[in-house]
Amino acid sequence: MSQTIISTKDTRHMAVLANIPISDQEAEKLAVEFVETLAVVDQLKTVDVSQVKPTHQVTGFTNIWRPDIADPSQSFTQSEALANTQATHEGYFLVPGVLTAKDT
Amino acid sequence: MSRTNTLTLKTALTSLKSGDLSHETLYSDLAVAIAAKNSALNIYLTLNDQMLSQAKLQASSTQLYGAPIAVKDNFCTKNLRTTAASKLLENFIPQYESTVTKKLKAAGGVISGKTNLDAWAHGSSTETSDYGRTLNPRNPGYLPGGSSGGSAAAVAADLCLASLGSETAGSVRQPASWCGVVGLKPTYGRVSRHGVIAMATSTDSPGPIAKTVEDACLVLNTIAGPDPTHDSTCNREPAPDFTSFLGQSLKGLKIGVIYHDLEGMEDTNARLIQQIETFKNLGASVELAKALDPHYAIGVYTVVQRAEVSSNLAKFDGIRFGHDRDTFGAEAKRRIMLGTFTLSKGYSDKYYELAQKVRTLFIEDFNKLFQKYDVLISATSPGFAKKIHSTDGQAMFGELEDMLVEASSVSGLPGINVPYFHDKNSGLYLGMNITAPMWREDLTIKVADAFEKNTPWNSWRTPNAS
Repeated sequence: MSQTIISTKDTRHMAVLANIPISDQEAEKLAVEFVETLAVVDQLKTVDVSQVKPTHQVTGFTNIWRPDIADPSQSFTQSEALANTQATHEGYFLVPGVLTAKDT
Repeated sequence: MSRTNTLTLKTALTSLKSGDLSHETLYSDLAVAIAAKNSALNIYLTLNDQMLSQAKLQASSTQLYGAPIAVKDNFCTKNLRTTAASKLLENFIPQYESTVTKKLKAAGGVISGKTNLDAWAHGSSTETSDYGRTLNPRNPGYLPGGSSGGSAAAVAADLCLASLGSETAGSVRQPASWCGVVGLKPTYGRVSRHGVIAMATSTDSPGPIAKTVEDACLVLNTIAGPDPTHDSTCNREPAPDFTSFLGQSLKGLKIGVIYHDLEGMEDTNARLIQQIETFKNLGASVELAKALDPHYAIGVYTVVQRAEVSSNLAKFDGIRFGHDRDTFGAEAKRRIMLGTFTLSKGYSDKYYELAQKVRTLFIEDFNKLFQKYDVLISATSPGFAKKIHSTDGQAMFGELEDMLVEASSVSGLPGINVPYFHDKNSGLYLGMNITAPMWREDLTIKVADAFEKNTPWNSWRTPNAS
């Protein structure tokens, strides 16, 4: 069974996808650890699953509904919603900008 | 006279109800014990400074009479700091209550405080908490297990009457095993997950950790049952009275012993086999049985858990609550990144789908075994608690320590840990896991209760043995 190879370049790409800032040192360490972990996971490839369906949930419950009714007691007030944020602006969450001006 | 915080929950409730025990005495004894032990063992991350006054208000409750229950710090508790043992959430004050703690309070329980865990519940040692490791009260040179290590240690150290943990694959039963206490992992969907800081959505199961099987049932009675408004994965059938399964005969019951021939577990299994006689004397038949190799469960669990972690922890963006994503600790980063990888284009079939298929094989294997046996028993953990620092540089520490309960966890089955051996030199315990089919907590409780009452291993029922 071939071993899954993870390079530091792969690790940096994974960090971008996962939105996790990592240092170069971390990228190197993680690459080694991921190879170790995936070696354990790769043992699954020896199992014959050609006739097997995947299990995504174990209870078998289907179509679980509740009435679509707004209930103020189950809702936050504005001050409760903002209680744990570090930055607000006029009663709103302050978020990092994602757009930049074209001419600057 | 021994301090009243060392009473079992059942005994304390009886005394509170009759008036023989006052809340003042109970909470004063508890405060003394917490002051003496908590800073050394690092069990509570946050204490509830209102516990006595809240307990007095519960005197007329019908179930828990104001008893102090410790709660793992990944249950959201309104106006009580909830960190998941992460620095990212060090200042997080939930604005709502988890269903479980809401039910616990409604039943007369008082949250004594929030207990330590592996950060985000990612681990099996409570050594990877961002707030430092918890030590095992049975021997502080050793780890308490995890991730609900603080909750198991709180019970073992008598710093509460019972506690709440949550299990994804072993996180209730394995720390219960290492701390020599009872841990009950209910069927997935028996207890609401609403307000539990999610780890792996398809296996997370809140459950009680307690001094006796009876105490675990008393707590489970208060938290189990439907949550139609919040949790679509929660069973809508009402939960039974779990105490009704106590004190029952094991006559005619069929028990299969699994994982009895695994390499490296010879001592653990030899001691487990010695316990078979107890079940036979109680009228059960016991056979050695063969289950699917649990090593495959490590791979299944690793993939499923990390994939679900990466999704569940995507919401922590530092905008609405908590700090930025660079405050995730090393273990959380590892799991989020690997989970993202196994779900990414080109790899999801190779890893995620494959793991979910092997998961099916485990479910089918259990179904086959349960045609022959009512319950399955095995060791909960490969051995005794591990020494502190054991997790250093071990990326797969938790998966290996939880190997024996991972298959039943990914299958959704209920299980309970009860101590089955006590080493007098180290003070440490071995624990037995009793697993039953979906929704059959009754069988696990019946067997665990009979075993506990007919053996000397429970340190509250047989104090002199420890």
